[in-house]
Amino acid sequence: MMADTAYEVIIGLEVHVQLQTQSKLFCRCSTRFGAPPNTQTCPVCIGLPGALPVMNEEAFRLALLTAVALECEIPSFTKWDRKNYYYPDLPKGYQISQFDLPMSCHGGLEISDAKGAFPDRRVRILRAHLEEDAGKSMHDEVAGKADSRIDLNRTGTPLLEIVTEPDMRSPQEAKGFLTELKLLLTYLGVSDCNMQEGSLRVDANVNLHVSTPGGVVATPIVEIKNMNSFRAVERALAYEAERQYQVWLETGRKKGDVPKQTRGWDDQAQVTRGQRHKEESSDYRYFPDPDLVPVRVTPAQIEEARQRLGELPAALRSRLQSDYGIDAYSADVLVNQGRLLVQYFEAVAQSTGDGKRASNWMQQDVMRSLNERSMVIGDFPVSAPALAELLSAVQRDEIDNTRAKDVFARMIDDRCSASDAMAALGIAKVDEAQTVELCREILRANPKAVADLKEGKQKAVGALIGQAKQRNANINPGRIKEIFLDLARSEQI
Amino acid sequence: MSLIKASATDLLGYLQSGQVSAVELLKQYLDRIETHDGSIHAYLDVAREAALERAESIDRRRSRGERLGALAGLPVAVKDVLCTAGWATTCGSRMLQNYCPPYDATVVRRLLDADAVLVGKTNMDEFAMGGSTENSAFGVTRNPWDLTRTPGGSSGGAAACVAAGMAPLSVGSDTGGSIRQPAAYCGVVGLKPSYGRVSRYGLVAFASSLDQVGPLAATAEDTALLLEVLAGHDPRDSTSAKVPVPDYLLASRQPLGALRIGLVREHFGAGLDSEVDAAVREAVDWFRDEGAEVKEISLPHSRYAISTYYIIAPSEASSNLARYDGVHYGYRTDERAMLGELQESRQRLLQEGDNAGAENLDGTLVRMYRKTRAEAFGPEVKRRIMLGTYALSAGYYDAYYLKALKVRRLIRQDFDAAFNEVDVIMGPTTPTPPFRLGEMIDDPLKMYLQDLYTVSANLTGICAMSLPCGQTGAGLPIGLQIHAPAFHEHRLLQAARAFQQGTDWHIRRPDLC
Ligand SMILES: [Zn+2]
Repeated sequence: MMADTAYEVIIGLEVHVQLQTQSKLFCRCSTRFGAPPNTQTCPVCIGLPGALPVMNEEAFRLALLTAVALECEIPSFTKWDRKNYYYPDLPKGYQISQFDLPMSCHGGLEISDAKGAFPDRRVRILRAHLEEDAGKSMHDEVAGKADSRIDLNRTGTPLLEIVTEPDMRSPQEAKGFLTELKLLLTYLGVSDCNMQEGSLRVDANVNLHVSTPGGVVATPIVEIKNMNSFRAVERALAYEAERQYQVWLETGRKKGDVPKQTRGWDDQAQVTRGQRHKEESSDYRYFPDPDLVPVRVTPAQIEEARQRLGELPAALRSRLQSDYGIDAYSADVLVNQGRLLVQYFEAVAQSTGDGKRASNWMQQDVMRSLNERSMVIGDFPVSAPALAELLSAVQRDEIDNTRAKDVFARMIDDRCSASDAMAALGIAKVDEAQTVELCREILRANPKAVADLKEGKQKAVGALIGQAKQRNANINPGRIKEIFLDLARSEQI
Repeated sequence: MSLIKASATDLLGYLQSGQVSAVELLKQYLDRIETHDGSIHAYLDVAREAALERAESIDRRRSRGERLGALAGLPVAVKDVLCTAGWATTCGSRMLQNYCPPYDATVVRRLLDADAVLVGKTNMDEFAMGGSTENSAFGVTRNPWDLTRTPGGSSGGAAACVAAGMAPLSVGSDTGGSIRQPAAYCGVVGLKPSYGRVSRYGLVAFASSLDQVGPLAATAEDTALLLEVLAGHDPRDSTSAKVPVPDYLLASRQPLGALRIGLVREHFGAGLDSEVDAAVREAVDWFRDEGAEVKEISLPHSRYAISTYYIIAPSEASSNLARYDGVHYGYRTDERAMLGELQESRQRLLQEGDNAGAENLDGTLVRMYRKTRAEAFGPEVKRRIMLGTYALSAGYYDAYYLKALKVRRLIRQDFDAAFNEVDVIMGPTTPTPPFRLGEMIDDPLKMYLQDLYTVSANLTGICAMSLPCGQTGAGLPIGLQIHAPAFHEHRLLQAARAFQQGTDWHIRRPDLC
């Protein structure tokens, strides 16, 4: 395709992350999602005359933790600024944010794709700063009566705005970055990253570097908003790249020829649409907020944050590979499920001494069951020791893999141990002599099959195994196949 | 007995000894208000019933032998810029005409905890912007010494009510002189505490980095009494200082000792009224006679103080007042009229074939903002919002706001250097005695120059006070201003009290018929 070679997509992201604090950034109101409108408010967050903000230390601590994990520089002095603009869901007429001295800058996050969808890359972080969230406007136009309502529960919720350099070169990379960032934030426990509840919001800046005979030309930068899932981000960027290329072909407009445009993603129509020009050219009249004292960050605080980081996803992936002999893809899948699932996996792998088997079971059985039940690992009825017990039985050949899955299902349903589930299913280790005798009986009753086996037609054994399993469900089909073949060959029937 | 001329500290003694009850005392003040506030208009609202109930309850508690607060039973007037729960707080603005805060300002809470009786809310220039109380949306306050003259501002009501004997204690706010200038004009004592000394929580903001709440009273001792109740760290105001609060009354009564006084060369130059000049010099001579060392000092950057102040204060104000947009509380334009107007304009443009014009009309939201603010803010507030918005705009920020911050630092350095040589700096509070109402209303620049000597204390965060030190030939009060380093309020009070021990300017009261 021409388009694939004619341009390169240049993507930068702005991510707003809601920090998981008990209370808001500058007052003591709760940040709980879903409360009845305007019930989590006070004079401070609704901007009543005379009310003053006081910084929430916990919010700053979480922001610091994130900044350290993103390998940012942390200046020793940071301050608060007012971003002035009018909007009904902004009750003070300004947002408290950080302008020219953010609490962190110049970091980076390594991203890679186990399936190779994009090359390994370090996405540089331009800055990460704290700010307060605005409220929510709801436009209710039912019954022909236009009505706007405002919910200020969210007003003042702490947000960390993370701005990347324009380092991503494809929509897949952008999605990869977001996935890795979300994972990191989840590991840090600083945010629940729930996009539906708005605790993670993404805007993208995108333009193209078009190859022309006269050299590479940059097209105008467009900001895309209203993307409500990582998939939407990927699709919006793909759409936008192609759209910008068409515009370039039609107009030849370069970066700087037109003011920066903002477009919104329409998820239903799967297109981006231009937003009103009027709202764009704002002068926010930033200036230091005189109600708040600047924040000084000591090396000791940064060191404390570093100590609290724990093992982060990238390090965990490589350790799982080396400690348990699993491949990169499996390590990726496990780590992406979060720290608790990895801990579960490690317990099973250590107890059974078979990392690969544990990894396969995690990916095929445990994760599927979690998905089917929309459950998280913390609530899973089968504990790590219980799964280890089951896998050890498989390892010792006391039970075959297929039966083990039945046992596993039973363990989930009955919330019981492997041995109890096996007992409930009547599973017991079958005596070898008994098995051989059973095989003899079946062979004697099936002379045609014996003849086929002698001629080397191994297909015949399938029907025999079926009969054997009907007679005794506990027999191991692998073992029994060997016995059938041996007996047929040796003619000791 | 008439208690109106007694000092608050004396009244406190009478209340404690049972010579007078809180109710009796309050009734005298209420009568006084009844008689004189019709012509002076210091109060926007007098809480007659609530105050009587409170005074009764304090008397009851006293009779039961309960432990009472530091101001138990004393009537206190509160400037209408301080939030009072369930009691209208208008800031002298149409914008907040019917606004009742759901919470008490920290200083109001402290007054209540000290068992003060809040008698009323005092008049002020709209949002504390102005120096004459003529910018109040609810009528001017008149100077009790001469009803044709201004009491000063913005705490004009706060000063006038003390001067007229309509409250023994009064709480004001000072952003560029708003306590000290009216104190000087009304012949009372007013103190602007160091920045961070008193909580700003619940003080409706004008310019956050300059605003301070402070006391007004008839004497230095009364001022000390009230300051001690107001001052102290407040966890709700992160700019409030964690500096211990001394016993100001006790501190004010310490002997003066060898005081080193600085006289600012630049404060005795052109523009200073000769009678004010003479009275201030005479006061300084009194201190010299008492053994003080007086030396001339220079504050070279003080001539930039007014320009600096009138960049920083409006800039902060433009942002602080953005919240008054008609959406959440306060005044909102008549929506039906607004929508009708919009409809009309649109139709007219369409009839004229101006489709683009019709398309570009402001929508309902922007129109609501604009009309609300246009209708509810007075001209001085609008002027300052525009000044500040301009100074903070892209392309002007560095030349105005940022430069003003730099000059502010230089002014502070001047004072730091001066306080290495002297203990206090003395001079006039205002360049002239109180001017006539209406005299300057059309000349904002001239009005701004009234703040010449007062804004520096706000820009630098140091403390300063004004106390009466003389009268003009026409019998108008003249104020002496004393500056001390930050958190040295006790030094101001000590000097002022010593002066009042040796002079009688603070005892003189206007003749009110
Ligand atoms: Zn709140």
